Amino acid sequence: MDNQFQAFDSRCKFGGKYFPSPIFTASGCAGSGKELSQFFDLDELGAVVTKSISVKPRSGRATPRMAETPSGMLNSIGLQGPGIDQFLAEDIPWLIANNARVIVSISGETIEEYSSLARKLRGVAGISGIEVNISCPNVENRGMVFACDPVASRSVVESVRRNVGGELPIIVKLSPDVTDIVSIAGEVISAGADGLALINTLLGMAIDIDAMRPKLAGKTGGLSGPAIRPVAVRAIYQVHAAFKNTPILGMGGVTSGRDALELIMAGASAISVGTANFGDPTAVTRIKKELIELLKERKFSSVAAAVGVAHEK
Amino acid sequence: MSSINRHAEQRSAEIISNKKIGAYHHMVFAAGDMAAHCRPGNFVAISVGGTGSSMILRRAFAIYRASDRGQYGGTIELVVAPHGQGSRWLTGLEIHDVVNIVGPLGTSFGIPTEPASALLVGGGYGSAPLFGLAEVLKERGCRVDMVLGASSAGKIYAPLEGKRSVNSLTITTEDGGAGVKGRVTQVIPGLIEKHGSEIIYSCGPMAMLAAIEEISSKEGLLHQCAVEEAMACGIGICMTCVLPVKDSSGVIKMTRSCIDGPVMDGSKVIWDSSRKIPEGTWGFNG
Ligand SMILES: Cc1cc2nc3c(=O)[nH]c(=O)nc-3n(C[C@H](O)[C@H](O)[C@H](O)COP(=O)(O)OP(=O)(O)OC[C@H]3O[C@@H](n4cnc5c(N)ncnc54)[C@H](O)[C@@H]3O)c2cc1C
Ligand SMILES: Cc1cc2nc3c(=O)[nH]c(=O)nc-3n(C[C@H](O)[C@H](O)[C@H](O)COP(=O)(O)O)c2cc1C
Ligand code: FES
Repeated sequence: MDNQFQAFDSRCKFGGKYFPSPIFTASGCAGSGKELSQFFDLDELGAVVTKSISVKPRSGRATPRMAETPSGMLNSIGLQGPGIDQFLAEDIPWLIANNARVIVSISGETIEEYSSLARKLRGVAGISGIEVNISCPNVENRGMVFACDPVASRSVVESVRRNVGGELPIIVKLSPDVTDIVSIAGEVISAGADGLALINTLLGMAIDIDAMRPKLAGKTGGLSGPAIRPVAVRAIYQVHAAFKNTPILGMGGVTSGRDALELIMAGASAISVGTANFGDPTAVTRIKKELIELLKERKFSSVAAAVGVAHEK
Repeated sequence: MSSINRHAEQRSAEIISNKKIGAYHHMVFAAGDMAAHCRPGNFVAISVGGTGSSMILRRAFAIYRASDRGQYGGTIELVVAPHGQGSRWLTGLEIHDVVNIVGPLGTSFGIPTEPASALLVGGGYGSAPLFGLAEVLKERGCRVDMVLGASSAGKIYAPLEGKRSVNSLTITTEDGGAGVKGRVTQVIPGLIEKHGSEIIYSCGPMAMLAAIEEISSKEGLLHQCAVEEAMACGIGICMTCVLPVKDSSGVIKMTRSCIDGPVMDGSKVIWDSSRKIPEGTWGFNG
């Protein structure tokens, strides 16, 4: 018998909820879950984090929506989705029937939209948490992104907390495109966040030098993939240093178990995998296996034991 | 388990052959059981650049032919144009090199239940999936006429063995280096009339597909086209490969060309929609 395997504890915890695996999918990078289920069983995941869902259906941005960049990619999907009602009627029941744990990512353009999304999720059986994507333009404040404004970030989280009640863990996803991510983190934690998701994409642009115009129809796009991993490690390290008791769902360019361990050592309690799924449909199961092997090699008996160890040396 | 890409798998595939033919490379991969599930119109997605490459996204390639038994077991054949970094890396590989491949992916061409007269139109490497289609149509008793067009003769991919399954082959080149000088759309109306074509199958650049749809709708024909949009994942999880398509109730939706395509009903696609969302699209608010 492999006793070491028996003993290893791969759980992680957000709010009052335990998740059996530390590897999640990242919002917007797993379709509806169905598409990936051809390649592995969704219950291998800590949870599926859904694409960010809005109050109403959204067509998303025009194409081209994608440009590959060195060790990364730019995307300007523009939150394409069916809206919360159809999502709750179709996507959620399918995920639950297929044994996936589900964290629903929500996005709004006003505080009221976030409140209304939270109210709709409150009574939904079978979901394990809410990820609040605040990297969206606030139409009530000249389109300034919520996540870049401490006051707006706080208001969103307070309204979600109020409307969702005390049960469901709330994980707030922050943008790295801010001067002081620690102060934003402080605001959303005091407003009631149970955890933080770090990091969303960084705003970037690529230009087609033959057509002499931006490659993306939406001009700018979010940069993701290995190119942003050092930014993720830095953001997670800074926020964990300031708020040791708030669990972090770390993400940004994780492609291997080694990358996942780097983010965990910086302070992440669990990892979301985004862009890596595009290049490798079984990335999440491979990363999970590699991570657990690396942890065992280093004599950790749990994922939790490795969280933030880079702060101790 | 879902019904999307029901037969797709991820596996290593050894290169059996890599031959330069005109502007393209004809490449053969030992792909085991994957080959048995490939249908004309399906594509595969291949990792490029090797381990640790800065190219993080797969490249999609239409399946030229698939055969499930032979000296090397199942094989999949592709026609690859050395274009940018990824395709050049791929065409630069040698026999016995191994690539990581996901497939078969996407929709395939619909085959008429009754024998019909079919016109197959390919632009550039867009001819690749049409030869396998021609074989299937021929087996079903269809008449098969083919038009292949490109800017110059070197960019026409029309292997000898492929020609066997077509009743006629017309070639057009923009520089007049081979066949008729001009574009495929110039010869299509005449061919439809001559052969009594009832259905058009097409694969090639989006502008060509749009022009074919214009002819096809004017003539009242069915038109199945294989589209090519930039794809980040090829398996339906990223939403980058979308184009506006009317659903069964006529509502325009941004539709994934990797899982609801690449083969689509040409009359349902809203053409000329690059860099803008057509008005009236579901969920569009200006
Ligand atoms: C369904 C489908 C079938 C294809 N079949 C073939 C085939 O049979 N033979 C062949 O040679 N090529 C085919 N391609 C194109 C192929 O996938 C690559 O885009 C091409 O080889 C160029 O890649 P590169 O790395 O050399 O070029 P680069 O220009 O360096 O990189 C290409 C990058 O741009 C993206 N991209 C941007 N616009 C497009 C677009 N309009 N179409 C595709 N990708 C785009 C790609 O996803 C990739 O990330 C097909 C593409 C699709 C989507
Ligand atoms: C195509 C694409 C779509 C995304 N959609 C969302 C989204 O809807 N909501 C969200 O919070 N983040 C979204 N993201 C950001 C990812 O969840 C993740 O934070 C980011 O990509 C960094 O991780 P990665 O490098 O592993 O992809 C998206 C990223 C990509 C590449
Ligand atoms: S290429 Fe990712 S959804 Fe189609």
